[in-house]
Amino acid sequence: MNSTSQQAFRVKARGSRIGARSVSFTFDGKTFEGLEGDTLASALLANGVHLMGRSFKYHRPRGVLAAGVEEPNALMQISRDNSKTTPNVRASVQEIYDGMKAQSQNRYPSLNFDIGAVNNLLSPVFVAGFYYKTFKWPAVAWDKLYEPFIRRAAGLGEAPTEQDPDRYANRFAHCDVLVAGGGAAGLIAAKAAADKGKSVILCDENPEFGGWLLSDTDIRIDGQTGEEWSAEMVRQLLAMDNVRLLARTTCVGYFQQNMVVLNERVTEHLSRPNVELPRERMWQVRAGKVVIAQGAIERHMVFPDNDRPGIMLAGAAQTYLNKYGVAVGANVGVYTACDSAYAAAFDLAEEGVTIPVVIDHRDQVSDDIRAQAKEFGIKVITGAHVYCTTGKLRVNSMSIRHHKASSGSEDFEIDALITCSGWTPSLHLYSQSRGKPQWDEATRRFLPGESPQECVSIGSCNGTDELADIFVEAAEAVGGKAQKPKIEDDVPTSSGMVGATGTSADKGKAFVDFQNDVTAKDIALAVREGMHSIEHVKRYTTNGMATDQGKLSNMHGLAIAAKLLDKPIPQVGLTTFRAPYTPTTFGSFVGHARGALFDPTRKTPIHEWAVEQGAEFEPVSLWNRARYFPKAGETMDDAVDRECQTVRKTAGVFDASTLGKIEVVGPDAAAFMNIMYTNGWDKLRPGRAKYGIMCRDDGFIYDDGVVGKLSSTRFHVTTTTGGAARVLNMMEDFTQTEFPEMKVWLTSTTEQWATIAVQGPKAREIVEPLVSGVNIANEKFPHMSVAECQVCGVPARLFRISFTGELGFEINVPADYGRAVWEAVWARAEPLGACAYGTEAMHVMRAEKGFIIVGQDTDGTVTPHDAGLSWAVAKSKPDFVGKRGLQRPDLIAKGRRQLIGLKTKDPKKVLQEGAQIVADPEQSIPMKMVGFVTSSYWSGTLDQSIAMAMLEDGNARMGETLYVPMPDETIEVEVTGTVFYDPKGERLHG
Amino acid sequence: MLLINCPYCEDDRPELEFANAGEAHIHRPKDMADMSDEAFEAMFFIRDNPKGVILERWRHAHGCGRFFNAVRHTVSDKFLKTYMAGEPRPSDDEITELMK
Ligand SMILES: [Zn+2]
Repeated sequence: MNSTSQQAFRVKARGSRIGARSVSFTFDGKTFEGLEGDTLASALLANGVHLMGRSFKYHRPRGVLAAGVEEPNALMQISRDNSKTTPNVRASVQEIYDGMKAQSQNRYPSLNFDIGAVNNLLSPVFVAGFYYKTFKWPAVAWDKLYEPFIRRAAGLGEAPTEQDPDRYANRFAHCDVLVAGGGAAGLIAAKAAADKGKSVILCDENPEFGGWLLSDTDIRIDGQTGEEWSAEMVRQLLAMDNVRLLARTTCVGYFQQNMVVLNERVTEHLSRPNVELPRERMWQVRAGKVVIAQGAIERHMVFPDNDRPGIMLAGAAQTYLNKYGVAVGANVGVYTACDSAYAAAFDLAEEGVTIPVVIDHRDQVSDDIRAQAKEFGIKVITGAHVYCTTGKLRVNSMSIRHHKASSGSEDFEIDALITCSGWTPSLHLYSQSRGKPQWDEATRRFLPGESPQECVSIGSCNGTDELADIFVEAAEAVGGKAQKPKIEDDVPTSSGMVGATGTSADKGKAFVDFQNDVTAKDIALAVREGMHSIEHVKRYTTNGMATDQGKLSNMHGLAIAAKLLDKPIPQVGLTTFRAPYTPTTFGSFVGHARGALFDPTRKTPIHEWAVEQGAEFEPVSLWNRARYFPKAGETMDDAVDRECQTVRKTAGVFDASTLGKIEVVGPDAAAFMNIMYTNGWDKLRPGRAKYGIMCRDDGFIYDDGVVGKLSSTRFHVTTTTGGAARVLNMMEDFTQTEFPEMKVWLTSTTEQWATIAVQGPKAREIVEPLVSGVNIANEKFPHMSVAECQVCGVPARLFRISFTGELGFEINVPADYGRAVWEAVWARAEPLGACAYGTEAMHVMRAEKGFIIVGQDTDGTVTPHDAGLSWAVAKSKPDFVGKRGLQRPDLIAKGRRQLIGLKTKDPKKVLQEGAQIVADPEQSIPMKMVGFVTSSYWSGTLDQSIAMAMLEDGNARMGETLYVPMPDETIEVEVTGTVFYDPKGERLHG
Repeated sequence: MLLINCPYCEDDRPELEFANAGEAHIHRPKDMADMSDEAFEAMFFIRDNPKGVILERWRHAHGCGRFFNAVRHTVSDKFLKTYMAGEPRPSDDEITELMK
C-alpha cells in the first residue's frame, strides 16, 4: 500500500456502510476523494491521513483516536460557506458530502508546522493549576497580557461571521417507551415493546442502527451476521405503525419526569439539502418509560507519548475496517489490557495488515486467544508495557519493556498503534436522570444503581457483556420475553484496567485527557497539592472538562488519583454528567424562536393607520408603538418638537390602546380597591376618576394609573403598558388567597378596548360632535370625569383625563371599532390643525408636567413619598398593600433619594438619562454620588432642556447647584420642582 | 420540563403553563399596621430554602388562573402533592408518607 495514491488504505472486501459512489471534499484546502457513507475521519484514513488536528494547550500534532462521538482530537471546522460553518465538529461523526470544506483547527500557519507548538517546549510551566497560579495579579496584566492570551487559547475553531440562514425545528412527542441507542440491546427492547402494542421511539446518534454489531463482523446470531440481524430488525420495526425510528438523533438530555430531549440532524450529511427541511430538529419527548441502551465507550492506554498521530483505539480501528473498509495502517502495533483488541488485530491481519506484536499489559492471556494469534503469526508479549514512542507527525516506533525488567527494551517499527484498556459503561443519561452510579469491584467499573425515574439501563451501559444475556435483559426490561439465541464470536468479552501504565520515572507525556491536554503527571501534581476529591482534581487539572465530558478520560483520571491517595475508587468519587451528552448547536435549542418569531408582537387596532402615515415605531414590552410621525425631511427631534407644540397650541391625537385595563366588578369592588391601592376609593363618586398608586407590601411603587368608577360596583382600572399582566396577577393573588371572602371579580380588558387620547386646547371641539349620551361641556364634565356613552354611535367609555397637562379626553371603544372611530376623530382633528403624536412626544409632555413613569422614574426601591406622591397615600385606611412596609425605619429615615427636577445652567444642554449627580465636581475619584437622572428631554415648548432625577434629600435642595460629570465635560444643573409647565394646572380645566 | 397537577383542572399540565409564586402558608395578618419590624421582616422577607421538601405556591397562569399549593422535593423536583389554596398545610406525618 502506498500512502500517496488515492484511497490507498481502502479495503474493498470490507466496509458495510460504504457505497461505490465517489465523494469529493477538501481538507485544509486540498481535495480528497472518499466514498459515500464515509465519515470525514474514515475518508482521510483511507487516504493515509492520520494528522487531523493540534492539541488545545500544547499544540501537539494529533490524529483521530476514536470512531464515534467520544473523539477528542480530530475536531474540524466544517463549512458550506461563511454563514454555514460549524467549529469543533468531530471528524469521526461528520459524514462527507460533495463539496464539503473541512479545516483543521488550533494551528498556525499550518497543521504540519505550528508556531504554538512552542507551548509544548514550555510545558513545565503549563502544569495543572497553571491558570489558578498564574492569572492573578497585577490587575493591569489582565487587560494587557492574560485576557488576550486566554481569549486566544480559549476555544477552538471560528464562529460564523454571518447570520445562520438555516431553519431549526422543534417538536413535542409522547410515547410509551423511548429507547436511547439502537445497538443490539436497543433494537431488541424496541421490538419487544412494539410487539406488546406500546408506542415506541427508538433513536440512535449514528446514521444506521446496529451499534457494535456493525463493527464486529465475526459475531453470528443464530447464524446471521450482526449486520444481517440488525437490518432484519430495522425492517420489522419500520413496518410497525406504533414505532418511530430516528437515526442521526442523539439523546442529549434526560430531565425530570421522563422528559427526554433528542437532537436530530436532518440535513448535515447532505450535499444539497432540500430547502424545505430544517437543518436540525429538537424533540422534546415525554416517555412513559425510558430504556437507556447507550452502550460502552472504549478507553485508551495511558503511557508516555500515547498521543502521536497513528495511535488510536483498537475498537475504532476495527470499526474503520469493518464499517468503512479502511485499514488504519500497514504495520500496526497493538497495546492492550483487554481481549477485545485481539479481535481488531485478527481482522486487520485477515486483510493483510502486518501486526508485528501485541503487547499485553496483563500477565495472562487465554489459550484460545494465543492459539488464534499463532494462526495469524502474531507475536504476543504479556506482562509488558509501552514506555516510549517516536515519530513527529506520525508514530513510527514503539519501545516496550517487561514490567519486571528494570532496563532492557525492545523496539518495534510501526505506522499505527492500536490500544485498549477496557470499556466504560456509558452512564451519561443514567446520571442525568439523577441516578447514582454504583462501583462494581469485580469488574472495576461504575454501573447504574437504582433508577430514580421510570427508566431502565440495558446492554453494555448496564454492564451486561454477553450478547446472549442482552437478548433476555432487553426484552424483559419492557415486559417482554425472549429466548437466548445461539451466539458465536471469535473473541470473548473481558474486563480491562484503569489508570496509567509504566512507572513515574518514564519520560514523555502520558495523556489522560486528550482534548484538554491533561497528563497522568498533572493529576499526580493535583493530588500532591491537596486536591483529594475528584471534583477538585477535575477542576484543578481540567480533566474531563472539555466538550467530550471525559468520555475517555474520567475513569483513568479517577484511578490515578485513587492510587496516589491510596483510597478505593468509589471513595474518590465520580463526577456528575450533565446535558447535553454531545455538543449541540445553539440553533437546535433556539428553534423557531428568533427574529420576528422570538416573541409575539402586539399591535393595536390603530397600528396599521400609523404604518400608513409613515410612523416610526418602538417596542414597549411586547407592543410595537408609534414613536413619532415624521413629515418629509424631519428628524426625530424635529417631529417630536412639532408634535409637542401642536398639542399645546392646538391638539393632538394619540393611540393609548396599549394601556393595561382591568375591570374590577362586584359588591366588594371598592373595598378591594382600598386594599390594592394606596389611596381611598369609598368617597369617589360614580362618574369620577382618580389617579391611583399600587405598592407591594414592602412599600415600593409597583404600578400606577387612572381608575374610573363607573358605578358603586364597577371600576375601570388602567395600568402601565408593561405592567398589565403583573398587576392583574397581584390582584388575583389577593382575591384568591388573602381576601377570598370578598365578592369581587377581575377581568383583563386591555385588548377589548381601543383607547384614543385627544389632547390640547381644541380637544373638546374635536370630540364633542362625535359624542352622544353625555354632555361634555366643561362644567358638566370636568377634569377626571368618566361616562358610559356613544362615540360615533358606538358604545364607549369616555374619560376626561390628561397625561399632557392640556384639556384632554380618552375615548375607549370596542377594539373592532377602534380604527373607524380613530379615523372619524382624525377627520375632525386634521382640518383644525391637530396632529397625530407618538410615544416620544407623550414622554416629553408628561415630563414637562412632572408626571412619573413607573419603571423609568422609579426602580422598585422608590416609595410614593420618595416620588413626591404623598398626597396619594391614605392616612386613615386600616390596611392597604404597602401600608406596613412604608413604616419601615429605612423608608422613613432622612437622606432618602427623592424625585426632583433639574434644569441645566446651559439650557441647550440635554442630560443623559442614568447620568450620576455629584455635589462637588472637584473631589477625587471615586466621587460621592448623590443621585442620578431618571428622565431627560429637550422641551421645545419651554425652549430648554428638562430632567427629573432621584436625589438624596432632594426636596431640601431646591435651588442648589449640582454637577453631572460626563466623560468630556461636567454639566452644571439647578435643582427645581418637577412641574416645569403650567405649574398651577390651569390648562387642564379649559 | 416538569409536569404539574393543577388541583382545580385535575390534570397534569406542562410547567410552561404555570408560574411559581413563592413559599406557601405565609399568613398576611389583617392588622399588619401593628406588626413589629421583626415580625414584618419574618413575614415578608425571610424565606426557607430547604434541600428537601418545600411547600410552595404555584399559579396555573396560562390555564385556569388559580393559585394553589404544592409539596415539592427540591432535589428530585418531584411534586409530592398539589392542593387548593386555603386547604391546610399537610402534616409532617403526611409529608413523610408522601416521600416514601
Ligand atoms: Zn388549572
